[in-house]
Amino acid sequence: MLELRGVAKRFAGVAALQGVDFTLAAGEVHGLVGENGAGKSTLMKVIAGVHAEYEGEMRLAGRPVRFRSPREARDAGIGMVHQELSIVPALSVAENVMLGAQPLNRLGLVSWSAMRRQAERQLAAFGIAVDPAAPAGSLPLGLQQMVELARVLLSGARILILDEPTSALSPPEVERLFGLIDRLRAGGTSVVFISHFLDDILRVSDTVTVFRNGRRVATAPARDVGKPWLIGHMIGASHGRLEESWTAELDLPPRSTAPAVLEAEGLSAEGLFEDASFRIHAGEVLGLYGFMGSGQLELARALSGKLPPGRGRLTVDGRPVRLRGGTPAAKRAGIAFVPESRRAMLFAPEPVYRNVTIAMLERIHRLLLRPAEERRIAGEQIRDLGVRPPHVDLPVGALSGGNQQKVALARWLAHLPRVLLLSEPTRGMDVGAKDDVVRIIRGLREKGIAILVASSEPETVLSLADRILVMRRGVLAREFAGEPVGKDRLLAAA
Amino acid sequence: MSTPVTTAAPASTPLRDRLRGQLRNLAPFATLILLVGLFSALAPSFATWGNLANILQQVSITAIIAVGLTYVILCAEIDLSVASVANATGILLAFLTVQDASVNIANLPLPGLLAIPLALLGCLALGAVTAFGVTRIGIPSFIMTLAMLQIGNGIGALLVRGQIAYTVPDLVLTLGSGSIGGVPWIVIVAGLVLLLGHLVLTYTRFGRYVYMVGGNREAAEHAGVGVRAVIGAVMVISALCSGLAGMLGVAYFGSAQQNQFDNYLLDAISAVVVGGTSLFGGMGGIGNTIIGLLVLGVLNNGLDHIRMDSFLKILIRGLVLLLALVINVYAQRLRSQARVAG
Repeated sequence: MLELRGVAKRFAGVAALQGVDFTLAAGEVHGLVGENGAGKSTLMKVIAGVHAEYEGEMRLAGRPVRFRSPREARDAGIGMVHQELSIVPALSVAENVMLGAQPLNRLGLVSWSAMRRQAERQLAAFGIAVDPAAPAGSLPLGLQQMVELARVLLSGARILILDEPTSALSPPEVERLFGLIDRLRAGGTSVVFISHFLDDILRVSDTVTVFRNGRRVATAPARDVGKPWLIGHMIGASHGRLEESWTAELDLPPRSTAPAVLEAEGLSAEGLFEDASFRIHAGEVLGLYGFMGSGQLELARALSGKLPPGRGRLTVDGRPVRLRGGTPAAKRAGIAFVPESRRAMLFAPEPVYRNVTIAMLERIHRLLLRPAEERRIAGEQIRDLGVRPPHVDLPVGALSGGNQQKVALARWLAHLPRVLLLSEPTRGMDVGAKDDVVRIIRGLREKGIAILVASSEPETVLSLADRILVMRRGVLAREFAGEPVGKDRLLAAA
Repeated sequence: MSTPVTTAAPASTPLRDRLRGQLRNLAPFATLILLVGLFSALAPSFATWGNLANILQQVSITAIIAVGLTYVILCAEIDLSVASVANATGILLAFLTVQDASVNIANLPLPGLLAIPLALLGCLALGAVTAFGVTRIGIPSFIMTLAMLQIGNGIGALLVRGQIAYTVPDLVLTLGSGSIGGVPWIVIVAGLVLLLGHLVLTYTRFGRYVYMVGGNREAAEHAGVGVRAVIGAVMVISALCSGLAGMLGVAYFGSAQQNQFDNYLLDAISAVVVGGTSLFGGMGGIGNTIIGLLVLGVLNNGLDHIRMDSFLKILIRGLVLLLALVINVYAQRLRSQARVAG
């Protein structure tokens, strides 16, 4: 169906893909794994026409093709659903499903009734019942993803590329997605499934391919291989450590006796979370777990000053934080925030060092900026964190996702806040990069910083937290402290 | 983890990639060289020192306005009130100065140089209102400054009521129309404003924030940058630059009257955009604006030297602006293509 030969792609001189061959059969579900920056997303963007300039050749159903835009790829029947969805939040579900293909009535105007009908039918075929008139932005992320899938499939895609489709989904949503993929496969649609969740890959794929450092290193039928095989190829022989920090069962340490750094009392924000009261102690990592849309990410956002809560009190080291003062007031109080989206944190065209030092300029500058000092500080941080390539003058947008996340963390390592809020700190990362992030966060804990990790991935919370709060529908429902906890108990509480 | 850290960009970056990234800076510069070459070949009177001085003098007022506007556009905002604020400030200055007996204005003459700080306070106040509307009430700058354009015109109209005032304080008269050692003061002032604008933008924390707010507003907010304060500040800076240009302009023109700055709105925006500062914010700078000013100045002046039909001139300027916009947007696209890495 689709065949690539010798594909290579460079970004600003850095090789992202080298001599990659890739074959996708009709009706095949092809799993793609590899560490961040291994080249799997880049290859898919070549196929989907996002990257128009590359070396090598591509054949679709035997004919050579070269897409210059995502539109050309889409017209040829290739659809891609990115990790960050392209839903228009203000438009209705129906409009989003039919975006770019609105049905017209006899007068040549948009037929709203036909649009609603078709969108409803398509979503019903997915086994989803949502109000087609509801604004798409009001849906949980899992349903927004279904809306986008519906749009891509309605546009006639015969090859569907899914980039990290399960990382933001709750277990029932994952099941629903897998059910859909099975049906698509039965209908002859080919699916490329990129994921860091190796269990997901092995469950859903017919064939798996592993990437490392811009090269395809192995391809095999999924039923013949297991997780150790995948991990072995992903990280190569030289990379010794495995998933040791990712154990699903662990004993939480006894409650911290250190003084409380952050104290929240009765924080509420209309429709997002209600009456949240908790403390975070010095040198403690508090995990905040909940399914997607339960309010844990919004609560973290509120603490950062980005989303002023309607009611409640917040103090850091006993001093009240002005909740209406926005992020500058929160930062002055010593609160730092790493949002779930790197795009919302980094300045892509700016060099790495400026991204690292932006939050600490008031300490570095002496009337004028001191770029040499900035480069020195940033250089130290990215060397410690193993950012690749280690150039502080490279635009941060040229780095891979995992390396971008490290740059984002480097900013707060250099600044050293009193409270660090992390929202989905390891989303979309491979095992190696996750390990690095865990190591970084533990290092910050040693320095006596109070840390909050908000996530909808149980593994993330379990691997990091000393104490866990579970959020259910905007309410803090359960606390785990000084007791053994596992994925099953966490899921049960959420 | 012991990888050596270098501060230089990787040496292997292909030249073509680097040129693409620099399109925003190279295209205006190439345009300038091309225009200078073209006019020099076509009109012997063009490439003379005297004419260079002419060009510099002709762009000086635009330059002062464009400095403030560069800050605004770098923040991905716009200020449509610059010419109107300039006009209002110039008129206010004349209103507060003793006029000749023949001028029939109910003005409030003040002794000495007091008129100058008061006129500056006036434009600061206008800028503060704009800043408040944009950052606190949340009115898009495009609309807010459109209202301020009308308000500035209204203040000017009320003060002079269709009359023309001629006198301004001596200091302003010297800076606006005098010269020292053959160099017009207004060129020196414009040069200093450009220099100060560049230094603040490049070497201060505030300047860095301007780029970051324009480049990615949400990220700036997450980094704890006072986004609203930065945007408010650039609106005030823009009004201040406009006010300064307005005061000197009165001396330069020799009179203060309604609508005398009307061309300067488009000129100042053109200079910033032709120079290559991104309309989407975050990229560009005073260096770009200087090139943009020279391109416009050379074009205006050169078309006169080759005796271009003055009506066709207007169309040509429009086409040059359009071309600059195309390059501006294209450069942005190349940039965003380069940043998507997997």
